[in-house]
Amino acid sequence: MARHPVHFEREIEKLKRMILSLGEDVEACVKRAVRALVRRDTTLAMKVIDSDFEIDQKEVDVEEECLKILALHQPVANDLRLVIAILKINNDLERIGDLGVNIAERAVYLSTHEKLDMPFDLQDMAEKAQAMLKGSLDALINLDTQLARNVCKADDEVDAMNREVYALVEERILSNPKHINSLIQLLSASRYLERMADHATNIAEDVIYLVEGEIIRHTNQQSEKS
Amino acid sequence: MAKIKVKAPSQSLNAFSTSSETGKTLPPKKKNHLTLPGLENPMVEIENLDFYYGEKQALNDISMIIPKNKVTAFIGPSGCGKSTLLRCLNRMNDLVESARMQGTIKIGGVNMHNSPEDVSVLRKRVGMVFQKFNPFPKTIYENVAYGPRIHGLKNKAKLDEIVENSLKSVALWDEVKDRLNDSGLGLSGGQQQRLCIARAIAVEPEVLLMDEPCSALDPLSTGKIEELAVGLKEKYTIVIVTHNMQQAARIADFTGFMLLGDLVEFGFTDRMFTKPEKKATEDYITGRFG
Repeated sequence: MARHPVHFEREIEKLKRMILSLGEDVEACVKRAVRALVRRDTTLAMKVIDSDFEIDQKEVDVEEECLKILALHQPVANDLRLVIAILKINNDLERIGDLGVNIAERAVYLSTHEKLDMPFDLQDMAEKAQAMLKGSLDALINLDTQLARNVCKADDEVDAMNREVYALVEERILSNPKHINSLIQLLSASRYLERMADHATNIAEDVIYLVEGEIIRHTNQQSEKS
Repeated sequence: MAKIKVKAPSQSLNAFSTSSETGKTLPPKKKNHLTLPGLENPMVEIENLDFYYGEKQALNDISMIIPKNKVTAFIGPSGCGKSTLLRCLNRMNDLVESARMQGTIKIGGVNMHNSPEDVSVLRKRVGMVFQKFNPFPKTIYENVAYGPRIHGLKNKAKLDEIVENSLKSVALWDEVKDRLNDSGLGLSGGQQQRLCIARAIAVEPEVLLMDEPCSALDPLSTGKIEELAVGLKEKYTIVIVTHNMQQAARIADFTGFMLLGDLVEFGFTDRMFTKPEKKATEDYITGRFG
């Protein structure tokens, strides 16, 4: 064999621990960002913004570890799919972290301006997006393709919510133009949650690739076209 | 978030799981190798091949198609039968006492073991290159001209042309054109192996068998032989046995995994190295075998 399996296993275990640690940080970041927005908590929002560099650093570490494994061990089959899936999931997690920061920035703005009567249930939408993120990471841990598929399906709900939010905010701006800036901040937050759900879907799709070896991305669009 | 459980090495293939249930995620075998696209144009057809060394069965009921103008690689642990299978293709096992074979092997539609033609004529259709480069103790020119000569070609101009073309085909011409009358044994290892390939293709075989052709070569020479194999498939059907799985992954269009005399899995190389169908294949190529 070209490589020593025990040594390789050790490297893979380390990589798994690293991606799960990043996942935990990102989940916590999103949770705190949403809480800061809902509770108008500037201090908490600033903490989220300030701790983003830790997520960024972990993302770089995971990528370097993946590159090292690819270069030194040339994994194939299941091992190759694992490293590639982690490389992609890593990217999605970092982007979700950035979106958490974006939400925290909106929280800072909103908490320093006149309190609005929320035109929509942001908490509900945030819970759905967070549940998708948690589901995608649980699917990764347990290699649960059914759970991963459920996450993919849930994305449609969040997309629909985002569209509703757009209509509600538009209506509120027309009826009460003086709150336009704050309403746009809220609309952005909704958009960030929708993007988070998209990234969680990407993670779920990568889990399906990891387990089944099939790339399911875009398959819905293709079947719709044909 | 749930904490990961760290699994013991070599127990489970799947990524984050610790249990034996991981095996269930592998989908059932979807394709029969005989129906794979790309195999419509067979060069070698093997049916129900059994092979014995005395009482010991070395190959068990092998049936497969090796497609024309492709590189097909056989991988597997030592003693799995891949070299035996290769040697069946040009009847080299005829030379082994106590060896016997059942089943049929057709090359270009001709049954290699049941043909009225002389075995040397049959072998002309199947060239072979070995692990240890073995040029004749003759000049570079004579090494390449030897095959056409023993098959009756005497025309000097024609022989010159064959020698030049064969050496060009293996990218050796520029390196040796000024010393064709030097001994072939004076060349470097990589050059000697390319000379052996030139010697094999000088008689224009249909199939070129390569038994571990790079195992005694440095990475640079290995790269040249690999490049050659990929280039030569335009004219020949290449069958290669290799212990170097990355080599199979790099150059082969199709790969067969053999184990204990069985052809466990045969299919497209890219699929074999990303999502093999059989667990035994996965275990072997990921280094968890045994």
